Amino acid sequence: MTFINYASREINCKIVYYGPGLCGKTTNLQYIFDSTAPQARGKLISLATETDRTLFFDFMPLELGTVRGFKTRFHLYTVPGQVFYDASRKLILKGVDGVVFVADSQEERMDANIESLYNLEENLQSQGYDLMKIPYVLQLNKRDLGNIVPVEDLAAELQRKGEPVVEAVAATGVGVFDTLKAVAKQVLTELRKG
Amino acid sequence: MADTPILLREQQYHQIKAVLARLRMDASAKVVFLVDKDGQEIASQGEVGNLDTTSLASLAAGNVAATGGMAQLIGEKEFPTLSHEGEKESIHISVVGRLLLVVVFDDRSSLGLVKLRSKQVSHQLAAMFEEIAAGDFDDDSPFAGITDEDIDSLFS
Repeated sequence: MTFINYASREINCKIVYYGPGLCGKTTNLQYIFDSTAPQARGKLISLATETDRTLFFDFMPLELGTVRGFKTRFHLYTVPGQVFYDASRKLILKGVDGVVFVADSQEERMDANIESLYNLEENLQSQGYDLMKIPYVLQLNKRDLGNIVPVEDLAAELQRKGEPVVEAVAATGVGVFDTLKAVAKQVLTELRKG
Repeated sequence: MADTPILLREQQYHQIKAVLARLRMDASAKVVFLVDKDGQEIASQGEVGNLDTTSLASLAAGNVAATGGMAQLIGEKEFPTLSHEGEKESIHISVVGRLLLVVVFDDRSSLGLVKLRSKQVSHQLAAMFEEIAAGDFDDDSPFAGITDEDIDSLFS
């Protein structure tokens, strides 16, 4: 839920990166963290297992600049992708302003993408949101790998409502900021509607 | 559709800060802050210094959300208070409607005192926040005029 503080002149929004296990959600955040000036971002908090799999969530506050005299702060979260952490995923969607679905482009992960997208729609619904109405971006990650599904086929299967589709290689940063920009733009456009 | 934004006006912000300042004094706490259940920090008061209150707010909300999930699994609605006691520093969190009142304290205070004082201001904070949640954009909302160029400039 967007939080606007007139006293400190700040807008705070919550963006959640969703997707199947090992699709690159944390990698997106890590790249943003590594390539942003320290004064523009806070700590990257990662609640992960000993093997670096996200256990609960990753969190990073990011300040993008000023709009109409208000500082815009985006709170970026990832969910744990592994199927059995569903209870955690539901909790993290509370108060969400925008969602990025990170799809894994590899052929063998197609089913996992479909399952995770279905799970996103279901979990949004359980929190009272509708995927068709919420700011939303589809990122097709790992485009540098050999065994990938063509963009048209992925979009045909995963695109839900004409949302922006961004090709990415999160590990090297390709498409990472384009994705963030696409979702942030939609969130701020919602504010314009009031 | 996303939720309606929460608008916190300047006067409301200062009222909240005043309540938190009094609580901090009455509870002999180091820091007191108010967080929304989604993890957004609303206001803080006290020896904030180098404390990363943004991260703390997000983790406090995650903590309450996780224990709330556990509560539901055993048939409870939620656990209204949470305490974490460390060797020197401790944290007490109370759920006040859709807000979390977080108090950080050390051995200058005690858990009993913090619990008591937190409970005493809970109703006041809940009433204040009800008023805030009912607020709406004025006709002259600064955001009505946001242009695509404004948004693009954030990424240039």
